[in-house]
Order: sequence, then C-alpha cells, then structure tokens
Amino acid sequence: MTTRAIHWFKFASPQNFYGLAGRLWTWFAALAAALMAVGLWISFFVAPTDAQQGQGYRIIFVHVPASQMSMFIYVVMAFWAGLGLAFNTRLSGMMASALAPTGALFAFLSLITGALWGKPMWGAWWVWDARLTSELILLFLYLGFLALQSSIDDPRRADKAGAVLALVGVVNVPIIYFSVQWWNTLHQGASVSLTRAPSMASTMLWGMLIMVVAFWMYTIAVALVRVRSIILERERHTEWVKHALE
Amino acid sequence: MSTRTLGLGGVLLAVLRREVALAMRQKGEVLTPLVFFVVIASLFPLGIGPESALLLRMAPGVLWVSALLAAMLSLQRLFATDYTDGSLEQMVLSSTPLSLLVAAKALSHFLLSGLPLVLMAPVLGLQFGLDSRSLGILMLSLLLGTPTLSLIGAIGAALTLGVRGAGVLLSLLTLPLYIPVLIFGAGAVEADAAGLGANGHLSLLAALLVLSTFFAPLATATALRISLE
Repeated sequence: MTTRAIHWFKFASPQNFYGLAGRLWTWFAALAAALMAVGLWISFFVAPTDAQQGQGYRIIFVHVPASQMSMFIYVVMAFWAGLGLAFNTRLSGMMASALAPTGALFAFLSLITGALWGKPMWGAWWVWDARLTSELILLFLYLGFLALQSSIDDPRRADKAGAVLALVGVVNVPIIYFSVQWWNTLHQGASVSLTRAPSMASTMLWGMLIMVVAFWMYTIAVALVRVRSIILERERHTEWVKHALE
Repeated sequence: MSTRTLGLGGVLLAVLRREVALAMRQKGEVLTPLVFFVVIASLFPLGIGPESALLLRMAPGVLWVSALLAAMLSLQRLFATDYTDGSLEQMVLSSTPLSLLVAAKALSHFLLSGLPLVLMAPVLGLQFGLDSRSLGILMLSLLLGTPTLSLIGAIGAALTLGVRGAGVLLSLLTLPLYIPVLIFGAGAVEADAAGLGANGHLSLLAALLVLSTFFAPLATATALRISLE
C-alpha cells in the first residue's frame, strides 16, 4: 500500500476525522455565507425583472439549487452507505446519517418554493407534474431513511440497515423518475411544461450558479458539524472524547 | 434430521411446502389480507358516489392501490415468526445461500397473498363495471405485478425486523418503492381501455419482475444478516 493511501485512511477513524472536520467546517460555513450574500444580492437587486413572470420568478434562485442538492445529496448518501457496507468503516455510516436531514430539508424546501412559485404562475399550488411528483417521492424516501434509522437503537445496525435502504433507493430513483414521467404523459397532456429551454439573462444565470455553489458549501458545512456531533455521541465512552471536551 | 442433501430446486420446494403448510394451519393469515382487499375496494364507491362512469374510470387505480395495501398487510409476518422462534437464524447459518431461501419465501408470499388477490380482483372489477377484456388485463397485470411487490416488500420486512413500530415503518419504506409497479399495473388497464394496447405496460411490469427477482433477494439477505447481528 502506498503512503498516500495510508494518509487517506487515517481520516476513516472518527477520532482523526473529528479534528479535520472541526478545522474544515468553519471555512465551508464562511464560504457559504459569503456566496449566499453575493448570490442573494444578485438575485434580488441585480438580476432584471422577467418579462413574463415579473418579480415572482426570483424564487428560482432558491428553488433550483434546493432541488438539485436534494437529488445530489441522496446519491452522495448512497455512496457513503455503499462504502460503509463494503469496507465496514464506521465513519461512512455517520456521514450518511449526517447528510440525510439536509437532503430531506432541501427536498421539502424545493416543494415549498415550487408551490409558492406555482400559485401565481400556474394558478395552482400543486400540479401532478412528473418533476413535482418525483421530488415528493424523493422526500418520502428521505423520510423513510430517517424513520428507519431513528427506530433502531443500536447505531451500527441503524447505519447498516440505512445503508441497504439508501442503496435500494438509489437504484429505484431512476426507475421511479421515468415511470412517473410516463404516467404523467399518459394521464394528461403537456398542460404545463417546465422543460422549455429558457433564454436566461446572464446575470440571472450567474446568480443561480453562485447560489448553487453556496448551497453546496452550506451542505458540506452542516454535514461536517452534524457528523462531529454524531462522533461525539457515539464515542462518548472513549478517552479522547473526554479530553476533547475538556 | 435428514442427511439427504437437497438440490437448489429441492430447497425451494421444501421452503414453499413449509410456508404453505404453516399458512394452512393459520388460515386467517391468508384470508385477512384478502378480506381487507375487498373491504378497501368497496369503500371507494361509498366515499366517491355510485356514478358508474366515474367508478369505471377509477377502477384500475382503486383496485391496484387496494391490492398494494393488502399485499403489504401480510408482509410483516414474512420473517417475524421465523425470527421469534429462531428458525431464521438456522436459515442464515445453513449452507444453502440465504438469498435463495429468501427468494423462496418471497415466492410463497406471492402464492399466499398475491395470487388470491389476482383471483379476487375480477369479482371486484365487475362491481366497478369493468368489461371482460379489461378484467383479463387487470388479472394479467396483477399476476405480473404482485410477485414484484412480494420481492420488494421482503427487503422492507427484513430491514424492519424486530424494530419499534415495524408495521408503520414498513409501509413508509416500501410504498414509495411500489410506485413504478402501481403506475404500470393500473396503466396497463387504462392504456388498453384507451385503445393504446397494454403490451408496453405489461412488458415493463415483467421487466420490473425480472430486475427485482435478481436484486431483491440479495438485498433482503444482506438486510436479514444485519438484523440478526
């Protein structure tokens, strides 16, 4: 094994990762705050008013990053889950549990902002559009993961059971997505199309990109903070935690 | 104890025989989900009104959702009794691959809970005014779909084994995963009624069945090992 590999595996130990996460999260949090300030400033004051949608469109600066992150976090969660099952590393399971609440939060946020946007634009809080429905099902998958983990007392078993569920879920997500899309086209004509390529003003695009990166940074910072708490909770009987908290 | 070694087919048959024998001694376990299916399907007209055109339009969806719930009702017992009396541990320890035993148990779950639903569905379908052609497609779609429900449900049952509030948790875990089966199952009947032909939907149901036959026993076996640690 090369020295590089050893170097990486060093951080698979919760004790070592606790320190690393403690050093890293402040940087990610600071980046998230700075980028979000810039992104929100652009989205509220710089980006021009949309010709068709007026001011109401500005909610997409939160909506699009939230839905992207909600989907991406599930994949990352499944990645950590698979890693945990394959290598039997404790930290992987903790990372998956640390990411799940943020993913569920973003899925929820994306549905709420979508509803708030949909009411003035489509005249309805909710339509059974393929994307909306898939996002709702994704929220259900997150809630199932959280419920399963919280109902198992033994943390190692909770991690592994959650890992199996996350992997089963990630295999199912594309199947669900395409089946919902097909269901949608069978049941109703394309009354509402989200897929028209919008010709976006470049400031709008920049605002959105900055917000996406800000949400990334936020997710990483929050996951690191949460994984630190999980590590402390699970390793509370060890010597190093007693020293770390002194 | 017999020293006779069983082939894979023999193991499959032995598990099936055992499950059927157990179910026959507890007939309520087979009948309750079936009665549940009938009751749920009969509640919809009461809630919606007796308008026959509306009921006809809703029939495939209502029957499929009822079947989904009924199949899930019996899932919890798939491993629970074997777990409490210790025979599940023997299955995990045996030299036969656990995923094969799990597949046999899922197959028996289909025979004991899915197949009765398939046979009962046309009676309910008649109540909703479906014609014989639609009834045939409904049965065919249930026949292709309910084994998938048993296989996917087995994963959920294995994950929630011996867990607090397992019943509700099981439905929260499995129902989102059932959505594709529901869509293609109910869609098959509707597509045929709309003159589009049910072949596409039925093929997709069969594809889901093949996929879940391959993957679900593996995932279930992993989940069982985790639950028994």
